[in-house]
Amino acid sequence: MPTFVYMTQCDGCGHCVDICPSDIMHIDSTHRRAYNIEPNMCWECYSCVKACPQNAIDVRGYADFAPLGHSVRVLREDTKGTISWRVQFRDGRVKSFESPIRTTPWGSIPSPADMPAPSAEAMRSEELAHEPDALKVADLPALRPGQFRKGAL
Amino acid sequence: MGLFNRRKTVFVDADILVIGGGMAGCGATYEARYWGRDLKIVCVEKANIERSGAVAQGLYAINCYMGMQWDENRPEDHVRYARNDLMGLVREDLGYDIARHVDATVHKFEEWGLPIMRNPETGRYQREGQWQIMIHGESYKPIVAEAAQKAATEVYNRIMVTHLLLDEKHENRVGGAVGFNVRSGDFHVFRARAVIVCAGGASHIYKPRAVGEGMGRTWYAPWSSASAYALPILAGAKMTQMENRIVLTRFKDGYGPVGAYFLHLETYTENGYGQEYESKWYDHTRALVGDYIDRHPVPTCLRNHAFLEEVKAGNGPIRMVTREAFQDPHKETVGWENFLGMTIGQAVVWASQNIDPKHTDPELTTSEPYVMGSHATCSGAWASGPADCAPDEYQWGYNRMMTVEGLFGAGDAIGGSAHKFSSGSFTEGRIAAKAAVNFAMDRAREQPEISERQYDELKAQVFQPLETYRVGRNEIVAGTVSPSYILPINGLQRLEQLMDEYVGGIGSHYTTNEPLLSRGLELLGMLKEDLARLAAEDLHQLQRAWELRHRVLASEAVAHHTLFRRETRWPGYYYRADHPKLDDEDWHCFTLSRYDRHADSWEMEKAPVYHIVD
Ligand SMILES: Cc1cc2nc3c(=O)[nH]c(=O)nc-3n(C[C@H](O)[C@H](O)[C@H](O)COP(=O)(O)OP(=O)(O)OC[C@H]3O[C@@H](n4cnc5c(N)ncnc54)[C@H](O)[C@@H]3O)c2cc1C
Ligand code: SF4
Ligand code: SF4
Repeated sequence: MPTFVYMTQCDGCGHCVDICPSDIMHIDSTHRRAYNIEPNMCWECYSCVKACPQNAIDVRGYADFAPLGHSVRVLREDTKGTISWRVQFRDGRVKSFESPIRTTPWGSIPSPADMPAPSAEAMRSEELAHEPDALKVADLPALRPGQFRKGAL
Repeated sequence: MGLFNRRKTVFVDADILVIGGGMAGCGATYEARYWGRDLKIVCVEKANIERSGAVAQGLYAINCYMGMQWDENRPEDHVRYARNDLMGLVREDLGYDIARHVDATVHKFEEWGLPIMRNPETGRYQREGQWQIMIHGESYKPIVAEAAQKAATEVYNRIMVTHLLLDEKHENRVGGAVGFNVRSGDFHVFRARAVIVCAGGASHIYKPRAVGEGMGRTWYAPWSSASAYALPILAGAKMTQMENRIVLTRFKDGYGPVGAYFLHLETYTENGYGQEYESKWYDHTRALVGDYIDRHPVPTCLRNHAFLEEVKAGNGPIRMVTREAFQDPHKETVGWENFLGMTIGQAVVWASQNIDPKHTDPELTTSEPYVMGSHATCSGAWASGPADCAPDEYQWGYNRMMTVEGLFGAGDAIGGSAHKFSSGSFTEGRIAAKAAVNFAMDRAREQPEISERQYDELKAQVFQPLETYRVGRNEIVAGTVSPSYILPINGLQRLEQLMDEYVGGIGSHYTTNEPLLSRGLELLGMLKEDLARLAAEDLHQLQRAWELRHRVLASEAVAHHTLFRRETRWPGYYYRADHPKLDDEDWHCFTLSRYDRHADSWEMEKAPVYHIVD
């Protein structure tokens, strides 16, 4: 069922409901815990798995083609700036991986409104915000074609 | 009408309205604030912009970066590359425009905290191929969303946009959009002076390979629901190249991308008997497309073509030879992290089937077709080009403005400009936003007129499926089968099946012809009629209902375009069996369509391809 939720681990906080891009993690009204209401519209994107503070969500590969017995578990630590994976095969072999996710503190991106206001002349130019500096070349490349050619080249 | 009147309507007035907070939408929101300091900039998103769109699970590469600072590529080189890959037909002005700005976008991403890998020897970004650089992109989307959140006046999450609003005084002028909140059920009316559509591409137009629990494991995200096409189409905007839907060669079942494998890991393919097969199909392909087969790199569609012919000849499965490369522990790590970073489902498939690429060469397959504008394909709206390098015929106003006044677009929404990918889509969002700010400021005194009647009518339409369900439900005991309504999943599966059978999906080896297309259009017409009896049990299903309507409209465009272009331009993407060859004499052109919503009819025309680069 792509994602599923362990009954004893979920506390019904709703983070998964909030993040799922497919709108398929919902809270069950009887048990007050989350579940996947539409497994065939799940992308196994793991957004909900990464967001769950209780590690209550796991994934079981699509029944159409994935034999049982595997697991792909994740731990995303945003303050540490890393993500770790543990891949367990059906036959028990295990592989582990860890990658960085961000090099700056969360929330540190400046608003473009804090930059000096652009001039009226800049408004009409082809340059975008932070150009040409951010291009790391002297000028924005420009092409003023002398002629336009139609047909196959 | 009682039901609709009781529902709350929320009004939001904005200067710039960005629809869809994916890559392009976040770029547009950021840039709009830079140029429009005092403007009200609103971004509206059907999910949560932290993890929405095609980049929800992250990416492992940025596929469009010039590297001008190290003299690696010039924007003109990228134009030649994209033109070649699309068999000669791209909007070179739009492509050039993205390529010249894209490096600045990528440098900002790095500054904001996106980990970009470096080549330890040169200190430059680690290249995967000529255009791609490698990233640790698990948090690509949250990082980009943070930039957009800082810039926006307001971000509205969980609002499914269903229609654009049009100015009562000028038919052809946009005035905002409407939608509903998927949680509260409130109706939202956004009145805006300029609108930028950034609602992504389309999956689930065609029947996918898996149709059970795994139907959601498509290559493009299942939530890419064609709104980027349906919204402008309904407003009367011209669309281009909608027949140019893309088929992808991917790892089997998980649809894991092959780019890093081919380019960085230097793995290669062979048939079921361990033989190289691409060269075998050279003469055959040459007979269809002439010297396009001799271009470098070989166009994506033609590589698919050789794959398909080899499989049809009974020599499958095609495998990626990974066993050699994966003996190198660095390459093995890259191979796995590539999927854990952007297509986790592929790692799940391999773990479940005991496929360790170090010991087993994994199978590849070709996907069902998708409609999009940012990959090796260029379906989307027909847009005005940049002032300094677009020919007159491609310029009727502001950069990236569609043929409807005040309506802009970026990313998958804009046609003709292939190979933008994540960085190019964000960049195009920025380009469109600067133009939209100029538009809104130039027309500061012009306020689109939107009558109560216009949005009340839309309100009734938007919530009708809930009413249809409420009434029809009483007719039956229980279950999902009703004589008087269909549920969104029923409509979706009918759409997928008929597109597959009549408009060239996997079931027919991507092959169609005029009689099939004509019949497909008839059946699409009946499906459209049945959509009036679409029923939704709750707000979640109401979202599915509107996603389906958007998909059906985009599919109709695909069918009309495919019928109009009487040649097989991109063998490997689709085949017109009645016109099996590429025909530069008659079809070295763009196809344009315009939908007339009053008459429910489509008009097709050709537009010239202008080359601005040798
Ligand atoms: C598996 C995979 C691998 C890829 N690999 C790479 C890669 O390695 N490198 C690379 O550069 N690119 C890659 N891409 C391509 C890249 O993701 C896209 O080119 C890019 O995301 C397109 O941007 P967009 O803004 O047009 O669409 P999206 O990013 O999909 O954004 C569309 C947004 O609109 C919202 N939306 C849709 N409909 C509505 C509606 N009706 N109302 C409100 N909101 C709506 C969606 O929720 C979404 O947030 C990959 C894509 C996939 C799926
Ligand atoms: S995020 Fe985790 S704990 Fe919270 S509702 Fe979802 S599954 Fe339960
Ligand atoms: S894996 Fe992704 S699509 Fe599936 S339930 Fe979780 S967030 Fe939603």
